[in-house]
Amino acid sequence: MQMSPSGARIESPPIDAVGVEERVARLCSRSIKKDAKLQALHLTLSMIDLTTLEGADSEGKVRQLCAKALQLHAALPDLPHVAAVCVYPALVGVAKRALDGSGINVASVATSFPAGQAPIEIKLLEVRKAIEAGADEVDMVISRGRFLAGDFAYTADEIASVKEACGDAHLKVILETGELGTLDAIRRASDLAMRSGADFIKTSTGKIKPAATMPVVLVMLEAIRDHYLRTGEKIGMKPAGGISTAKDAIRHLVMVRETLGQDWLDPDLYRFGASSLANDVLRQIVKQRSGIYQSFDDFSL
Amino acid sequence: MSEQRSTAEADRLPVLKTHKVYVGGKFPRSESGRFDRAFAPDGTPIANICRCSRKDVRDAVTAARAAQAGWAARTAYNRGQILYRIAEMLEGRSAQFEALLAAGGATSREAAAEVQAAVDRLLHYAGWTDKFQQVFSSVNPVATSHFNFSILEPMGVVGVLAPESPLLGLVSSIAPAIAGGNTTVVLVTGGQPLPATTFGEVLNSSDVPGGVVNILTGRRDEMLAPLAGHRDVDALLLCSPDPDVARSAEIEAVHNLKRVAVRPHEDWTDVQSPYEITDLQEVKTTWHPIGS
Repeated sequence: MQMSPSGARIESPPIDAVGVEERVARLCSRSIKKDAKLQALHLTLSMIDLTTLEGADSEGKVRQLCAKALQLHAALPDLPHVAAVCVYPALVGVAKRALDGSGINVASVATSFPAGQAPIEIKLLEVRKAIEAGADEVDMVISRGRFLAGDFAYTADEIASVKEACGDAHLKVILETGELGTLDAIRRASDLAMRSGADFIKTSTGKIKPAATMPVVLVMLEAIRDHYLRTGEKIGMKPAGGISTAKDAIRHLVMVRETLGQDWLDPDLYRFGASSLANDVLRQIVKQRSGIYQSFDDFSL
Repeated sequence: MSEQRSTAEADRLPVLKTHKVYVGGKFPRSESGRFDRAFAPDGTPIANICRCSRKDVRDAVTAARAAQAGWAARTAYNRGQILYRIAEMLEGRSAQFEALLAAGGATSREAAAEVQAAVDRLLHYAGWTDKFQQVFSSVNPVATSHFNFSILEPMGVVGVLAPESPLLGLVSSIAPAIAGGNTTVVLVTGGQPLPATTFGEVLNSSDVPGGVVNILTGRRDEMLAPLAGHRDVDALLLCSPDPDVARSAEIEAVHNLKRVAVRPHEDWTDVQSPYEITDLQEVKTTWHPIGS
């Protein structure tokens, strides 16, 4: 049992972990080939949040990443562009200038990413600074410590106040599923985030393993489905961390299609948080078109 | 009594070993699930052999690429030690290899001679690993104020079309490639694949890091073109007397301008030289400014 910000008592259903594993295994065995594969690869590219979240990030590194976002592969000018570039708040301005007029969003992590261990005032200030610098999307982390201690009201209030600070910017709520322990806790956190104002729910920061495993994503997708059936509200999903191959990405798309339907196969409702995924997808696209196996050496960093 | 026993032997279904391929230090089956049967000269089936597909080639190249930097970074001395270790392990299993060669039609004397020659060949290249640089690198005379020198570097991932010679030819094509710091994807497409798959087991117990040698069995017309065209393969070693085979692979190899070395030998007894190593090396020349 938990309290939503509106005060209504809500309950998350228990998760059948064995059933989830089995369902995932079955969905992973789908074979997507030829034209369907090419279509899935293009869709994957358009869903990528090209990400760099390192302490060593510099303006130059962010500009380089933006250049990559603007032109994924010179030899294939007809590719879709990625959905967004995701950086730390201090570098939002750099990314915004580099991507000006391209239609590519700038996403910023905030709220003391990745640990989230800071006073709420500082977290909200960080969100406002990111928005001021031009962020179109904000990726927040929840306070896992408070959530795991059972202080659901705190977590709900935290998300709601960050949502308020975001204004028009889209809010993605990172649950950091690798720290939540059980699928039941993940389901509960998903429900909590959606009811507190999340536009997207996101698996992980990418700093902790395991990150976006298939069972975790399936549980979150089912939470989104149940939320949609109850309220008619479409919440987005963003798996992040550990998805580095085109094959993994296509498996995710299959799972989304089977769980939520065609509407969610859209960059507005589904994103991949990844840094190395784009190049593997590009490699597969060129392979699919030319019939020749490709080398990573042929693609930019 | 003896009549009863022979009836029991006749009733027994033989358990045929499936000789699996060697990729990335593991022994998977072909991803395609297909297999061929190997026969003794008298027609009795003796084993099942994986019939690999182009996707197995792809996976093997991935494994070879992943292993390449680490293998090249080993000291030349350490690579020599490991090649010597392969020789030791092969010597220790010589009876098994002799039996496999005999099952392929060799007399016991020929089989014993071939196994010994293969062991000796490994020793030969084990000795060369930390010496070929001294012999083939150079300090070059130049007219400007530069210190100018050339050294050899491994090409990277080498695709090997293994020769018909089931053990000596196989060893003679793999050893010089890995002695120089390359990693290999070896296609075994001849009539006697069993010594090659068993050699994979020898490699696996010889301190050779996984992925340095990858051995695939199957059909040449299915595997050679994807390997020769693969942009992540840096060089090809084509051991085939058939000029059309080499030519078709060379045409595929133009995609990324691979180096191609052709070995048309049918008798591999004397194919042993440090030039076998240098043919799979790239020369790097450095111009270092000095004084005024």
